[in-house]
Parts: sequence; C-alpha cells; structure tokens
Amino acid sequence: MRGTRYGPGVLTRFASVSDPIPVAGGGLLSRRALLKGAMVMGAGAALPATAADEHLGAAMAWQKTPGRPPTGYGNPSRFESAVTRTTYHRYGAIALGNGGSFTPLERLRGTITPNGLHFERHHQGVPDIDPAKHRLVVHGLVRRPLRFSIDALGRYPMTSTTAFIECAGNSFPNTNDKPPQVTCGEIHGLVSCSEWTGVPLAMLLEEAGVRADAKWIVAEGADAVSMHRSIPIEKVRDDALVALYQNGERLRPEQGYPVRLLLPGWEGNMSVKWLHRLELVTAPVQARDETSHYTDALPDGRALQFTFEMGVKSVITQPSPGWMLQGPGYYDISGLAWSGAGHVARVDVSADGGRTWAPAELMETAQPFAFTRFRLPWRWDGGPVRLMSRAMDEREQIQPTRAEWMQRYGAKQRYHYHAIQTWQVDDMGEVSNAY
Amino acid sequence: MTTRAVAVAIALFVAKVSAAPDLGDPVKVDDLVGLSITIGPDGRGLPPGRGTAIDGVDIYVEKCASCHGVRGQGRTGPALAGGAGTLAGKNPVRTVGSYWPHATTLFDYIRRAMPYDRPMSLTNEQVYQLTAYVLWLNGIVGRDEVVDARSLPEVKMPNRAGFVNAWDARDRD
Repeated sequence: MRGTRYGPGVLTRFASVSDPIPVAGGGLLSRRALLKGAMVMGAGAALPATAADEHLGAAMAWQKTPGRPPTGYGNPSRFESAVTRTTYHRYGAIALGNGGSFTPLERLRGTITPNGLHFERHHQGVPDIDPAKHRLVVHGLVRRPLRFSIDALGRYPMTSTTAFIECAGNSFPNTNDKPPQVTCGEIHGLVSCSEWTGVPLAMLLEEAGVRADAKWIVAEGADAVSMHRSIPIEKVRDDALVALYQNGERLRPEQGYPVRLLLPGWEGNMSVKWLHRLELVTAPVQARDETSHYTDALPDGRALQFTFEMGVKSVITQPSPGWMLQGPGYYDISGLAWSGAGHVARVDVSADGGRTWAPAELMETAQPFAFTRFRLPWRWDGGPVRLMSRAMDEREQIQPTRAEWMQRYGAKQRYHYHAIQTWQVDDMGEVSNAY
Repeated sequence: MTTRAVAVAIALFVAKVSAAPDLGDPVKVDDLVGLSITIGPDGRGLPPGRGTAIDGVDIYVEKCASCHGVRGQGRTGPALAGGAGTLAGKNPVRTVGSYWPHATTLFDYIRRAMPYDRPMSLTNEQVYQLTAYVLWLNGIVGRDEVVDARSLPEVKMPNRAGFVNAWDARDRD
C-alpha cells in the first residue's frame, strides 16, 4: 500500500479555523468552515514552516534554466508518475486481455476523470480498430437497415453529457469476508466520470425506422469476444448516446475507440465499447453476459436478471487507506457520490461509526448521472474513529449498510455492491478499510 | 383536423425530414451474412449444421480441454460442468449445467468468443459439436443426441426457472 501523506502540499489540513461549530460526533464541523479555512490557507498566514520556506529569497534552479519546448501532446508532471491505474488480470497469462484497471480515486479531485485514468474492464483485450474500416450497422426490426461510417457519424449534430460509468462489479473486494487492505481506488475504482460527446442513438434509430414490435436492442462490440448485451428500447429513447468523444478528445482505445454506446446510470458493461452493430429485436437474446454473468444471486439460489441501474453510492476519497493523518487537527473530508437514478440529493458523513451524521456540502458542479463531489470539515482529536459517508438520491433511495446489502443477496454475489464504506482511523492516524 | 392544422403538421414533418442528416448507407440482407451472429433463445439465427457429443470429443480435447479440463471441471479457465444443487449454498458453483438458463447461449458464445486465443476460428459444425459436448458433460443431452437449429432451443436447461426478470418486474415493486 502506498504511504501518501496528508501534508501542507495538498492543502487539506487546516492550520487554523477559529471556533468552528461541531455538527456531529467524532469532530465533524459545520460545512461553513470551508470558506474561512480557505481564506486562511490563501493568505498563508498560519502555515507551518515547510522546506520551501528555506529557499525564500533565493531563485530556484528552474528559474535559471530555460524550460522545455512545447510538445504535441501533454503529459502529467514527472512528479505525478505514481498517479496510475492499478491493473489486474482475470486469468493470468493465458488471457492477458481479460482484465481491467482501477481509477486511483484517492489521488484525484474534482469530478472529471482524466482520460488516461478512466477505469478499464475488457473481456478480451483492447482492439486496434482502424476507424476508416469501422462501420456501425443498425438492423433487425427496422424499416431501413443502415450502415454508418465514422466520418458520417461525425457529421451528425452532437450533444454532450457528463456521466459516470461504473462496472457492475465495482467494489467487489468488499464482498470478501475480511476487509481487503488496499487503496480506495483498488476497491471502488471501477467507476469514472467523463464528459461524453456524440450522437443521440434515438436520432439514428429514427432514420432507420424502428418497427412497432421492436422492444429491445442488442448492442455488440467489435472486440475479440464480440461482447453483446440486450437493452430495453425505453433507455434508447431516454438518453442513450453513440459517443465519439471523451472529455473533448476522441475516445481512447480502451474506452471504445472509435465509437461506444453510453447508457447513463446503467451497468458499465452495457455501454458497449467498439460498438459496431445494433440489432432491434422483440425480446432479450439471453447473451452470455446477461445470463452467466451480470446476474445477481439471491439467497434462495435464484438470480435477478436485467438489473440495469447502478445503486446510489458514495465513498470518502480523502482521507482513505494509504493516507496517514499528520497529527490531531483540522482536515477536509472529501468524497464522491453518484446514483444511476440521476441526481445525488444528499450525502451525510459520520465520524463516529454511524451513531451521528451531518450533511456534507455538495459541490456546485453536481449534475445528474455524474459524480457529485462532497466535503465536510473535520477536527481529528487523535483517537480512533470510523469515518463513513451515506448518499441519498433524487428518488430518496439511501445507500444501505454492508450488512443490509449482504442480506439481500446469495453467496458470492459480486455485482451491484453499493454499501456504505467505513474507513477506520487509528490513533497513529493510519487509515484502513473496515466493515 | 383543420386545414391549418394539417398544414402545420406537414410543415413540421418536412422540417424534421430536412433536418435529418440521413448519412447512413442502406444495408442489404447479404451484407449481414457473417456479421449478424446473435442467437436468440428461440433459436433465431442458428445456422445449418449439426453435431453430437461424440463428434465433439476430438475438437474439445484439442481446443478446449487445456483451459476447461477434459471433464469440463475447470483449470485455468472456468468450469463448464458440475455444481448442480449448489446455488443456494455457501459455495455456489455456477456452470453451464448448474446456472445457464438457455442452451442457445452456449452456441452463441462459443461461436463468437472461443477458443479464447482464436475467436471465430471454428466452423458452425464444430460449434454444434462443442455445444453438444458441453451439454453432454452436464448430463443434459445423450452422447449421440443430435444438436442442431431445431433441437437446441428445445433443450431443457436445469436452471431454466432460476431467473427473475427484474426489468419486467420493476413496475410491480
């Protein structure tokens, strides 16, 4: 586990906040403490001495040498080289393409995931698709089967939507009997959030002329398992997008280049990447990935099928495992919340293991189907505490406790885990995963 | 409908049509051969051909056994057989035989995705043979039972009734 430390460099430990108002147990403070605290930080008035202070008055080396020239495509600072995805492989060397990578949620701020850090989940690798040879075919129960080139799709009117994509299996490590001691991202990082730009699928379907008996649409990718899923046509009419751009640039290969489906709020697996075929049908086709996989085990041995929407969820990203608190004092708790229902309505935070809760501040960028950043100031007294966050969405669905979630399902259920996360802070300031 | 309303409706229709980019190329039925590979649970899309478990032994051993085991017990790849009666227990074993609700899914998945390192390299005949072989490993068909476009959708999978369609049930919650 990485030993990232809270420190002055990340501007999260408040040097001085005068008389903040406690709002719940464990040292949680009024949301209004932010502005005051930020002003203190901005003025630099009460910052503890740092290494940088020793150089005040003397020019730094990079002031005395011309910097490097402009480049064609930018990369993060070399000092940020540790901010990477953690990769995994399902079947080891026999199928390196079957695996994924976790977004390092604990290293990021704001709500947009950088394209190079968007989580991955591939069933048989990332195909190397030549866009000039790629076609999107719409057929089945339509009056005019059509085939679109990527160039043609690029001429359609486009819309943008900021949306999270969450793997249905996200957070599966927390279904283990014992809490895995890995980072926040290595537990919950099969979710990311981007601005997606493309053509509303409804527009293409209208041109193809959907027949009245078409109730489902089968989306298929051009990867080496031709991954496919059945999607109710209602979703297509609502908000399905044929996405070509991610955060302003063309999709990354691992996100479906040159074209993917985006179904906001639904299981990531259904936002089919490398989209090349859409077939209108009367009923679901019972694909391998909607029968053998992506089905939810019930305690009686039966399984739920077609549970598309991702549940309301939140997690504290700072602090989280791998971080050490640098002694008692003020910290800003920050985290992410999202819901497949649309808007996050509210996030509560507890610093006493769920005995008392206080509402967190939802940041101003909150949009439906996107990440919502929340924060709450906190004064750590130096003793052991249990930090938790609990989200509620626009349909008043509340995040369940782990015990409640486990009770709903059968053994080895690893999809749709969205229970409340507890981070244990010990008296040394070390943060760990706890149930 | 008044004349005026009709005129408005026509104007809207024309406006809509003229705004449609309509940049797709027409697709002919022939264009879909080899591309439209999805098999429905009713057998829709199954190609001509046939196979039995006995026919499938050699190709299974050659192309599948190294990952799935000769008896489908699983090795580096997942188990294909076994697990009957385990779904409600503490250690459920979900295989084609114990879990999958439709036999058509087996043909569909083998054809599109297997063998894992060389997908889409099998003939339809070989896919029928392997489908029959995996069903036989699970005791679902006999070793000489013919699996083809007509018989496969009729195969009764042991866990056929084990799934709840949550999408259809959503309005009743």
